[in-house]
Amino acid sequence: MSAILVIEQVLNGLQYGMMLFLMAAGLTLIFGVMGLINLAHGSLYMVGAFAAAWAAGATGSFLLALVAALAAAAAAGALVELLVIRRLYDRDHLDQVLATFALILIFSEATRWVFGSFPLYLDIPAALSGPVALPGGIEYPRYRLALIGAGAAVAAGLFWLIGRTRLGIRIRAGENDREMIGALGVNIAALYTVVFALGAALAGLAGGLVGAIQSVQVGMGEPVLILAFVVIVIGGIGSIKGALIGALLVGLTDTLGGIFLPEFFKLFMAPAAASATGGALAAMAIYILMAAVLIWRPTGLYGLRG
Amino acid sequence: MIPERAFNAALLVGLVAIPLWAHWAGEAFTITLATRAAILALAAVGLNIALGYGGLVSLGHAAFFGIGGYAMGILAHHAQTYSAVATWPFLIEGTKSMPIIWAAAIAASALAAFLIGLLSLRSSGVYFIMITLAFGQMFFFFTLSWARYGGEDGLPIYLRNGFPGLDTLDPIQFYALCLGLLLAALWITGRLIRAPFGLALNAARQRPERVAATGIEPFRLRLVAFTLSGAITGLAGALFADLNRFVSPAMFSWQTSGEFIVFVILGGVGRLYGPVAGAVLYVALEHWLGGLWDYWHILLGGLLLMVVLFARGGIVGLLCGAARPHG
Repeated sequence: MSAILVIEQVLNGLQYGMMLFLMAAGLTLIFGVMGLINLAHGSLYMVGAFAAAWAAGATGSFLLALVAALAAAAAAGALVELLVIRRLYDRDHLDQVLATFALILIFSEATRWVFGSFPLYLDIPAALSGPVALPGGIEYPRYRLALIGAGAAVAAGLFWLIGRTRLGIRIRAGENDREMIGALGVNIAALYTVVFALGAALAGLAGGLVGAIQSVQVGMGEPVLILAFVVIVIGGIGSIKGALIGALLVGLTDTLGGIFLPEFFKLFMAPAAASATGGALAAMAIYILMAAVLIWRPTGLYGLRG
Repeated sequence: MIPERAFNAALLVGLVAIPLWAHWAGEAFTITLATRAAILALAAVGLNIALGYGGLVSLGHAAFFGIGGYAMGILAHHAQTYSAVATWPFLIEGTKSMPIIWAAAIAASALAAFLIGLLSLRSSGVYFIMITLAFGQMFFFFTLSWARYGGEDGLPIYLRNGFPGLDTLDPIQFYALCLGLLLAALWITGRLIRAPFGLALNAARQRPERVAATGIEPFRLRLVAFTLSGAITGLAGALFADLNRFVSPAMFSWQTSGEFIVFVILGGVGRLYGPVAGAVLYVALEHWLGGLWDYWHILLGGLLLMVVLFARGGIVGLLCGAARPHG
């Protein structure tokens, strides 16, 4: 177990965490502003990945593929908001869960209908392929490093958008008192559509970016969706800062747990038993982390409401 | 509007008459479908206690379904390989006897529901939904890496378990067992919601502060309801495993939890026979639409959307009118 391996795994954890953040930020924004629990967020991630794979196949350009991912997910998000989600804002969470579960069925099956059951592949662009040498003699894939950078840039942009712009002021006002900002002349219906499309675009971007390092297939969104839920439960629902910290915690715990827990058990167990126990525990590690955070703080690290 | 009693009676008559007709006509597959519907209905009746009466939107009931399934799988696996489940602190041997397996499934899933409830009932609303979902996933990933019991391949059981005095390999006799358990669960639930406990649970869903002010702790009511709910769903899991003679991590998948919620809502939330109607309709649709079109989930999703947006109260609500406010 060398220092290089540890640093590589930390970078992998950061990269995973950044992609989870893109998912969790949209979810937490949508819940914070509209009070809506959206199970179909994973479907928007899938839409982004499929749009990117399709556009890359048609044009050969990775940049255009990312634009397609953003545009397709935002458009699908806006469409779904106008047709369905809009009717769910004053319903209870049960109706929201069921309606967005129905949307998952429709999205997944429609994607299977259009693209078939076989996975698609998206190539890493030439400029970002291959390893990059880091100080200390570490070789790390250039693309994964770019993902960390992209995630950090989006996080910075999001903090700027929420904290410094007029739209951000309206979003924060909408979280606090939606009736009051309506009375002050803000078009709430339009604001909600914009927030939903923004969250969808972030999910679609994550799908497009991750599509280059894993296969693009139906059902790829739901595992990420559930991890994003864990992230926002840990971070506190409605908090972008909580989503960022929660995402990095989950990303690092999952990646490092998978490597170090089996090693840890090898210190006092037979190797085969150690990898079985460590592997099983690593698979559960993020949920144990979540349970621990909840015992300590039932509304998450930065959450206010229950 | 049909009186709810008449609807319930018609549903029960159908559950008895259709499989009997299929038995007489030699349509074994129809009996299997009916068995599947009865078992899923039992799981949904369990969920309805938490969801309908307690107002606890659990998106993790697949955990209890799967635990019940694995309780059966582990006991039967050791019985068919003639090995011990555990030798310490005392010897536990496998078994192929349904009553013992059911007791183990109920105990294990009730314990899991109690522990998960203890942790997740501290929070409410959307936190509760996400936390129950996450705990369900925890079990899913655990069984996925549990190589001793098949890991992701699952665990096949070669012969259906036995019940004293019955031939469980005969489809109609196994169906009768499942229907009997479903009716028992319905009877217990019906008694429970009219008992003081049920009234207090109902009140705690509607006005927790007032219930707390009268000196009843909503947390305890909910924990008991959640535990009972998990135990019934766990029993359904053991039966489901016996129906398929196979258990796998798929029983823990979050889609299973979602489907249970669908049964409850499709039938009518908080109505005693709602989950039964929902599960029967779902299995019928799955069979009928699935034969009609490969991409039938699109139709199912559309139907669910229509029910949520326009037909609140599900089938029972649609046919029998709104629930009585103090039902």
